Amino acid sequence: MEPTKLSTLPGSREPSALQAARKRRSAIWLFFCCLATAFGLTWLVLILGSLFWNGFSGLSGDVFTQMTPPPGSAGGLLNAVYGSVVMTGLGVLVGTPIGILAGTYMAEYGRYARLTVVVRFINDILLSAPSIIIGLFVYEILVAPMGHFSGIAGAVALAFIVVPIVARTTEDMLLLVPNPLREAASAMGLPRAHVILKVAYKAARAGMITGVLLAVARVSGETAPLLFTALNNQFWSQDLNAPMASLPTVIFQFALSPYKEWQGLAWTGALIITLTVLTLSITARVLGATRISK
Amino acid sequence: MADIAFEQTTATASRTPGSRTSRRRLDRFDRGFAVLTQAAAIAVLLILAGVLFSLLRGSWLAFSTFGFGFLIDQSWNPVTDRYGAAAAIFGTVVTAVIAMVMAVPVGLGIAVFLTEICPYALRRPLGIAIELLAGIPSIIYGIWGLFVFAPFVQTRIEPALIATFGHLPVLSDVFAGPPYGIGVFTAGVILGIMVLPFVTSVSRDVFETVPPVLKEAAYGIGSTRWEVIRNVVIPYTRTGVVGGVMLGLGRALGETMAVTFVIGNAHKISASILAPGTTISASIANEFTEAVGDLYTSSLIALGLILFVITFVVLAFARLMLMRIDRRKGA
Repeated sequence: MEPTKLSTLPGSREPSALQAARKRRSAIWLFFCCLATAFGLTWLVLILGSLFWNGFSGLSGDVFTQMTPPPGSAGGLLNAVYGSVVMTGLGVLVGTPIGILAGTYMAEYGRYARLTVVVRFINDILLSAPSIIIGLFVYEILVAPMGHFSGIAGAVALAFIVVPIVARTTEDMLLLVPNPLREAASAMGLPRAHVILKVAYKAARAGMITGVLLAVARVSGETAPLLFTALNNQFWSQDLNAPMASLPTVIFQFALSPYKEWQGLAWTGALIITLTVLTLSITARVLGATRISK
Repeated sequence: MADIAFEQTTATASRTPGSRTSRRRLDRFDRGFAVLTQAAAIAVLLILAGVLFSLLRGSWLAFSTFGFGFLIDQSWNPVTDRYGAAAAIFGTVVTAVIAMVMAVPVGLGIAVFLTEICPYALRRPLGIAIELLAGIPSIIYGIWGLFVFAPFVQTRIEPALIATFGHLPVLSDVFAGPPYGIGVFTAGVILGIMVLPFVTSVSRDVFETVPPVLKEAAYGIGSTRWEVIRNVVIPYTRTGVVGGVMLGLGRALGETMAVTFVIGNAHKISASILAPGTTISASIANEFTEAVGDLYTSSLIALGLILFVITFVVLAFARLMLMRIDRRKGA
């Protein structure tokens, strides 16, 4: 690839001053690019480093067995972890089927339809729309009419975030399934729905699971849409019709408090979320990679 | 791909011949499934329409009370019940600009490194490492920014900035004031770190669409590596890069938690970027649950509507740019 080697070939001219200047300029800019990469990776190391530094000491059995404490005393994060798991689970459970079906429409039935172009465009915008807007939306349609905050509202808000992620990856993965596979199934007399359910889905399975995992990863760290839908709860509550604690909102509340114990718990919670999210997204990536290399 | 379950497909197929009712049942199922998927696709559109409608309805009171003056009014006073969006819009734009000033050159640099310089064996792991930055939830950036980064900015970076720019004409106003650590500058830098991976991954993807023949031709006539990047790769991918940058901008404008922790939540416009400020999303996150009175709530929802419109325009533009490069890739 290195073209400047030409000048060292026998018979070529000696490198001129201009050539030397061009080479120098190239080297300087490339050095800046390396520097940029080092800069970017530094942040990752710094953030993960301080998470472990501040959060690891608090990571004990108590975190998962005790409730969030009142100010000034020790405790755990059990109610917050429970709330996070329940709302994330419900949100993914509700959002995934809708996302998969919408992605199926875009890739299969409506592959050449005008509706697909519009849906894809809008879906991509929803994918990166500010999540706090989703929170406001759910507040308006659920919390305000019901008159109180609830775990249900939190789960619905998360579901609205899951739908575009799953729809996008499902479409992408179904589009990668080779058409001869579908044609072969159709030739055997299989109705279209069965071609999709039994052939296309099977071929795209790994990629679709990746999409769902990415959605779980994204949703489990979301705070903004929960702030005024599920609110928060100091106590153990399994009632989905009542305000519910979640790890991100507890971190938000505790980190901004003046109490040392609360701040320590916030760091521990932050470490738990980060480890969960990073494990999920690395798993998703490994799954996605095996699909590509196949 | 070969492990498609053959028994199942043949079983379904062999059941059909002769049996008319089961054939009809299959057809009905087929049509039902088609309708179901189409309904889900339309549901995606309905989500967006619902968001827009509910925000319009919720913000109606604020807009009918303050009129379009809401957009340029700086005051934000729950006591006198007088609200304006100017300070929040200003803060949103300024933090996003700071973020982009930092993230675009660095992000492009990393993308160049990953596609042109980096040894093949390291490309994938380094790319994943950068993308992990995108995977870290924003609340983590917030807590890290509050406890680690803001004190560092306050004791190290801001005094240096004030000392350096303090006696230059315009810049002395931009970098004026006591170093709080919490403020527009800190928020902008943290947003920059968050947006970085978005800019990087989109630019890397579009850089990889450059046909090797073009680059080889440029090398063939004796270009240096930088000249190839500058004169072949970047011009060829310009729309895609702009799309990636706009995508990052959309993120930076709407990001909530990371900003809420470190911006100070002060509804005022100051010339100095070191002073505390607020953004639209931070105002909503901080005040919505405590908002008393219909007008207060409605004003916050109106802020949400403004944010939605701004990000919609930016993201739509980004998608159009990226669609153009996709079309070329397909051709």
